[in-house]
Amino acid sequence: MVNSIKPQQMNGKYKWGIFSDIARNRFSYLLLLPAVAYVFIFSYCTYPYMIIAFKNFNYQLGVWGSEWCGTANFDFFLHSTNAMRVIRNTLVLNLLFILVGTAMSLFLAILLNELRSKTFVKTTQTFMLFPHYLSWVVVGYILLAIFSNKNGLANQIVTLFGGKSISWYTKPQYWTTILVMMKLWKDAGMNAVIYLAAITGIDESIYESATIDGANRFQRIIRITVPLIMPTVCIMTLLAVGKIMFGDFGMIYALVGDQGMLYETTDIIDTYVYRVLRQTGNPSQAMAIGLFQSLIGLIMVLGSNRIVKRTFSEGALF
Amino acid sequence: MVAQKSKLNRLNAGDYAMYIFVGLFALFCMIPMLLAISVSFSDEASISRYGYRFIPSAWSTEAYSLIFNGSSSVMQGMLISILTTFVGTLGALVITASAAYTLSNRNVRYRNQLSFYFFIPMTFGAGLVPWYLMCNALGLRNNFGALIIPSLLFSPFNLFLVRNYMSGLPNELREAACIDGATDITIFVKIYLPLCKPVLATVALFYGLAYWNDWWNAIMLVEDKKLYPLQYLLLQLKSQIQMIKDMQRMTGGAAAGGRAPSESLKMATSLITIGPIVLLYPLLQKYFVKGLVVGSVKG
Repeated sequence: MVNSIKPQQMNGKYKWGIFSDIARNRFSYLLLLPAVAYVFIFSYCTYPYMIIAFKNFNYQLGVWGSEWCGTANFDFFLHSTNAMRVIRNTLVLNLLFILVGTAMSLFLAILLNELRSKTFVKTTQTFMLFPHYLSWVVVGYILLAIFSNKNGLANQIVTLFGGKSISWYTKPQYWTTILVMMKLWKDAGMNAVIYLAAITGIDESIYESATIDGANRFQRIIRITVPLIMPTVCIMTLLAVGKIMFGDFGMIYALVGDQGMLYETTDIIDTYVYRVLRQTGNPSQAMAIGLFQSLIGLIMVLGSNRIVKRTFSEGALF
Repeated sequence: MVAQKSKLNRLNAGDYAMYIFVGLFALFCMIPMLLAISVSFSDEASISRYGYRFIPSAWSTEAYSLIFNGSSSVMQGMLISILTTFVGTLGALVITASAAYTLSNRNVRYRNQLSFYFFIPMTFGAGLVPWYLMCNALGLRNNFGALIIPSLLFSPFNLFLVRNYMSGLPNELREAACIDGATDITIFVKIYLPLCKPVLATVALFYGLAYWNDWWNAIMLVEDKKLYPLQYLLLQLKSQIQMIKDMQRMTGGAAAGGRAPSESLKMATSLITIGPIVLLYPLLQKYFVKGLVVGSVKG
């Protein structure tokens, strides 16, 4: 036991290697075991399944027994009309979420920081954060209250101004906007609070000296707050860019569901993979699309991490 | 009141614009909620005549009395949701906290390599299909375990959150206990767990909310209607009017009321899933936000 207190004395030479470390800290390793096993089973053991992308997977024959089919599954996806549509929708929606979401939450954070009434800030924050805790299913119901054909609020407003009722759930052209609005509704408040935490971390004396030098509020925001918050904004944006190929399945499926009429603007890679797996029932094709998505995703993660590392090394993931 | 007024007098146009913008955004966040609440208390006939209103022309609590009738499928879903949330959160908390202890233990020489072991899956996941096939291979299909074990029982993000907190505790605590002959398990349970209450509260809320709001496991792995958690039941309810009719037949609502309160029932069902969130809201405000801020700003 006494020996285990100062392992540093061994001076980095792994005399007995990992087994002696386990023997010495056996209770510690025991505590770690469930988490290691969980990740091993649900992450590492799932990697071999990825080869079914190159096979014609058959539940009876299993992963190894199924026959190879080369890149047929990839060809099928990339040559289908769906490929372009789902890739475009995933990218467009995610880009809009990042751009509009960041702009809105940054703006809100700066305003919240400037407001003097603490009660007002507390109250509005309480309201702003609330949607973040709701599941997309519940948000789907709230959306229904607004855009429902017969009774919805939106159509009541439209008809009030003399327009004709719009059948929202069959018109794809409105849905990019609706989805961006719902994303803002759910997450902009929470992100604003995160940015606000970064802003409040800025040294107060910088503002004081700027005020003494005669800077007005607008100048203080533009010249102090914005530049000093930029590293945080850039890191969070780049992390989001790294995930740009991965759509929000929960959001799309709960808000839109299997509404074929809306696929034109709402169908994303993740919902498409889900349908190929669970409705068409073809795991190999679904895997091929997923692998394509993961590979581009990995390139994006590594690429954005590289950029973060170059610009602000402290923000890099690895 | 007077003091507040004099303070307001010093505000200029820019201040007003800021207050108005922030206030409007807060309203934008709350208004749809208010609409849903109002619809859930509306009389069915008034909905079909006037549409959804913020102030219903005729109030009714029929939707809620249908739900809480006891024999409804919503009550069954609620039971499943509560059970999964409770068991899942407890399990996840134990797994995460104990792993975090080891990763913060400076006597464990390979803790950094082990951290990396947990980090790789965060960056590169195999995706939906391998996960689905793995769950099938493990027999996590159509049973209670399928709702609890896959996806949610452990999250590396939470692990690192707890580890960072534990690493901030003085190492002397462990050394002193170690000299007194305590094993790592005793140190973890008797010393570290009590000291880590704030971060454990944060992580418990993360896990708890994820379990409560989850329908992913249900949609992928569960076909048995008896096992549907509340969220998935809601998703089904949205498209299946039939289910509402079944519910009403079971509870005798349609026979008694004449007109079925399907519109208000939908909103009421979605709102009762928010109930626990509202109850825990002060805690969420205190711990959840702090955890998110630490997790995302400091990475």
